[in-house]
Amino acid sequence: MAALINVPSRAKRGEIIEIRTLTSHIMETGFRHTADGKLVPRDIITSFICRYNGDEIFRADLFPAIAANPYLSFFTVAKESGKFEFEWIGDNGYSSTATASITVE
Amino acid sequence: MIAWRAIAAAILLVTGPALLAGEIPSDARRSGYAFMGPDTRAMQDDDTANPGMLFVLDGEQLWKKTTGTAEKACADCHGDARGSMKGVAARYPAFDKALGRPITLDQRINLCRANHQQATPLPYESRDLLALSAFVGRQSRGVPITAGEDPQLEPFVEQGRKLFMQREGQLNLACTNCHDDNFDKRLAGAPITQGQPAGYPLYRLEWQTLGSLERRLRSCMSGVRAQAYDYGSPELVALELYLMSRARGLPMETPAVRP
Repeated sequence: MAALINVPSRAKRGEIIEIRTLTSHIMETGFRHTADGKLVPRDIITSFICRYNGDEIFRADLFPAIAANPYLSFFTVAKESGKFEFEWIGDNGYSSTATASITVE
Repeated sequence: MIAWRAIAAAILLVTGPALLAGEIPSDARRSGYAFMGPDTRAMQDDDTANPGMLFVLDGEQLWKKTTGTAEKACADCHGDARGSMKGVAARYPAFDKALGRPITLDQRINLCRANHQQATPLPYESRDLLALSAFVGRQSRGVPITAGEDPQLEPFVEQGRKLFMQREGQLNLACTNCHDDNFDKRLAGAPITQGQPAGYPLYRLEWQTLGSLERRLRSCMSGVRAQAYDYGSPELVALELYLMSRARGLPMETPAVRP
């Protein structure tokens, strides 16, 4: 699924940087019914993980009350040049990944 | 007598296309953006926070993807959308010579699919259709709206204007009663805007998805307890055309974010 990642492309060593992520997902709560009364099954992202050069630096659990197309923003310290890996995991075996790279001077 | 008539006609000509009663003058036109809070504005302004951009990304993929029995992609005829589609959304709904009536951008996309790609039309409000029109619309961001300038559109703009002024529904309200006469006031806590459709298709937080101007018009109609026109009906297209011509000069914001 489409994802929008905002990581600064360059940063100074030790600088605190903000990472912003936005991904496509309907986040169907599992509480809604169709016009003919059938329950719409739950279909949400349940967890999000961010790794910085392989180390997990941020994790979030998501719940049915979170709006569609979840947006997450968090901070980390720029230690070294490398890659951020993002992973969204959800119901019905949903999995989506994205990456972004950073140069630390 | 004839001389007087000539003078009167000359005066009318000199004053140019006078604004119709109750219409908002061009320098006082404000997009819905001007009525939003700072958080929603920030969300629209940042392309990595604007959820509408997710649809634009999808639309970019669809633009390049071959489809239909003709096995053609949009890009095969139109090339790079950044050049070929710039300003296009700002002049829609546009007059279609073959049909002899105005059509919306969504209808144009489906006509292209039928005539050039030999593909099935995409249903109204389907993710793919919204993604394609958001992608095309995105290329016009910042371009002033020019819709309704084609003289052939005149009777249809007039039809749309009449619909805009016509009271309807159990609440017996016309569009003009809120969006010309009472903007800047509040309805149940929410600001009443001028109803300038500068950013469609747009991401409405209430919908949690992208939606077309037709969807917005239909929800206004159910709001006044009226029977909403069907998607793609001549009435909705005429209303859309009138609204776009009424917003002439405002810059396009597609994909906008609205509460």
